Amino acid sequence: MQAFTTLTGIAAPLPKANVDTDQIIPARFLKSISRSGFGKNLFANFRFKEDGSENPDFVLNQEPYRHAEVLIAFENFGCGSSREHAPWALLDFGIRCVIAPDFADIFHNNCFKNGVLPVRLPKEVCAQLMEDAKLGANARITVDLEREVVVRPNGEEIPFKIDPLRRHLMLNGLDDIGQTMQHATAIDTFEAKQKAAQPWLYA
Amino acid sequence: MSAQKPRTLFDKIWDAHVVETLPDGTAMLYIDLHLTHEVTTPQAFDGLRAAGRKIRRPDATLGVIDHNIATDSSRYTGIVDPESRLQVETLEKNAAEFGMPLIPLLDERQGIVHVIGPELGRSLPGMTIVCGDSHTSTHGAMGALAFGIGTSEVEHVLATQTLLQKPAKNMKVEVAGNLAVGCSGKDITLAIIGRIGTAGGTGHVIEYCGDTIRSLDMAGRMTVSNMAIEGGARAGLIAPDQTTFDYIARTPDGPKGAALERALAWWKTLPSDAGAYFDTVVKLNAHEIAPQVTWGTNPEAVLPITGVVPNPADVEDEAKRAQMQRMVDYMGLTPGQRLQDLKVDVVFIGSCTNSRIEDIRAAAAIAKGRRVADGVRAMVVPGSGLVKKAAEAEGLDRILLEAGFEWREAGCSMCLGMNPDKLTPGQRSASTSNRNFEGRQGPGGRTHLLSPAMAAAAAVSGHLADVRDYQPKETV
Repeated sequence: MQAFTTLTGIAAPLPKANVDTDQIIPARFLKSISRSGFGKNLFANFRFKEDGSENPDFVLNQEPYRHAEVLIAFENFGCGSSREHAPWALLDFGIRCVIAPDFADIFHNNCFKNGVLPVRLPKEVCAQLMEDAKLGANARITVDLEREVVVRPNGEEIPFKIDPLRRHLMLNGLDDIGQTMQHATAIDTFEAKQKAAQPWLYA
Repeated sequence: MSAQKPRTLFDKIWDAHVVETLPDGTAMLYIDLHLTHEVTTPQAFDGLRAAGRKIRRPDATLGVIDHNIATDSSRYTGIVDPESRLQVETLEKNAAEFGMPLIPLLDERQGIVHVIGPELGRSLPGMTIVCGDSHTSTHGAMGALAFGIGTSEVEHVLATQTLLQKPAKNMKVEVAGNLAVGCSGKDITLAIIGRIGTAGGTGHVIEYCGDTIRSLDMAGRMTVSNMAIEGGARAGLIAPDQTTFDYIARTPDGPKGAALERALAWWKTLPSDAGAYFDTVVKLNAHEIAPQVTWGTNPEAVLPITGVVPNPADVEDEAKRAQMQRMVDYMGLTPGQRLQDLKVDVVFIGSCTNSRIEDIRAAAAIAKGRRVADGVRAMVVPGSGLVKKAAEAEGLDRILLEAGFEWREAGCSMCLGMNPDKLTPGQRSASTSNRNFEGRQGPGGRTHLLSPAMAAAAAVSGHLADVRDYQPKETV
């Protein structure tokens, strides 16, 4: 996983609540067996018309937002399916941070496994950041995970909080399987105890 | 132990599965059953391969093919779509390489992962169960802590049989009173989401309780728990009771004899203690629940079938008004229009929400002696090969076929628009599935969620209909 320390880039405003994972990446594009290549179908039902041509009204088809690295939306972002293809598609498109008032649990988890940072900020702050984002290419925002602040184009700093363990893994780009494997003895002990008490759980 | 503070069902299962607690409070949670399917696993197996890792507990892992396959007879001659075929072949190859038990596509036990787990007796009370699919919440009806995970977590569980988790909050949803005529578990679960909203359960595990929930059979309970995720909760739970135990006794792979006795002794200790603390409590009266149908593009946009399309102009909040307008436009509706006047093009009876034998019986009871309306395509997709076999043994397939329904092979089918069963743009469906998101059943498709009986009533009338007007005909 790519580490996430600090990011300065263009932010795209998506003023919608309940952006579900079927919107982020429709199921018909989930047939790949690799982790890459999903970016071209990110928000496919919004980005493309029925004939396959681009929908010029959708924010990610407009300059400078084609190069967005941050996405700002409203409540309950990422609800619906558990598909990790959603953060994969965001990442493959180039978006490394999503800012919203809150996130659905599974999507929120999946982001941290892929170096996509979900930042929770109050709705009125999200609305303010969307206004900033509408200023275009000169209005870059900075997301600093080390210091846990979002820096607005005018220099104002907005603090946010990330779970300390997740922040540590993100900052260092660490895979948590390796970490868990260091506890193999504890897992062995648990299994021996459980097998004695609940033998029906073991073949 | 008697001095211990009262615990919820969730607390008890959680406590029994904590391997270690990390300094920041994150638990390393042991997973008893890991169900896998073709769509969310290929990248996880690639990860194992790259790191030279193995599956820690193949005996606690079970694979099945369900999401991307056609539900017509083409599976017997080979999967037509090359991408779907590659995904299925990849699962077969990975199962062979890593020693993971896999139910083959043409095996009679094949079916939707959330139907087969309980049906085979693999999903049991007190277990922790995960799957790379958000509707894993279904298995909570067995009294198991069951939730959906992403592909990175699939890889983590394959390699370590554990997950890193923070404890969830406890939410109690209590439903009391007799369920009205024409209502089922689907109407209860939709009414709950209508009340709490699509994010009402975020960060929580919902325990469904009350005498109405107790009175449901296991299929009804699974329908309720299946849609916990649509209310934002990763998991739903229903305390195991005699209904649960009787169900397990009939399963092929559930514990038997002395093992069952021992298991029962533990399972009976699982229900929440009196006085256990719930962070959030919601109460509903069952007799106030009428047959439900969604009108918009998330499951919270739900009304009784007697309702009318709401008017965005009545909404004060600007963002909410815009969202409602978008829903009304996408769904091709007019404010004030009666829901019962909406003509349907497609009826889909199936999915992990409503494809069990009880669901098919409910649909067949309405279909018996009636005909699918002209211009409507109505399909019934059993949740598993075993459901299909049981339905055929009861003659339900003949009732449905005679009424003009399609009787298909088991799979996820038209729930999610990733296999050949899809809506075309603008088509309106009455669907027993769980998500009415934009494009969920195919780009431009318009989905109305409802119960199997309501879906059958829509099929025979050609429009959304009140099932109470279509009570079963006794004689044909």
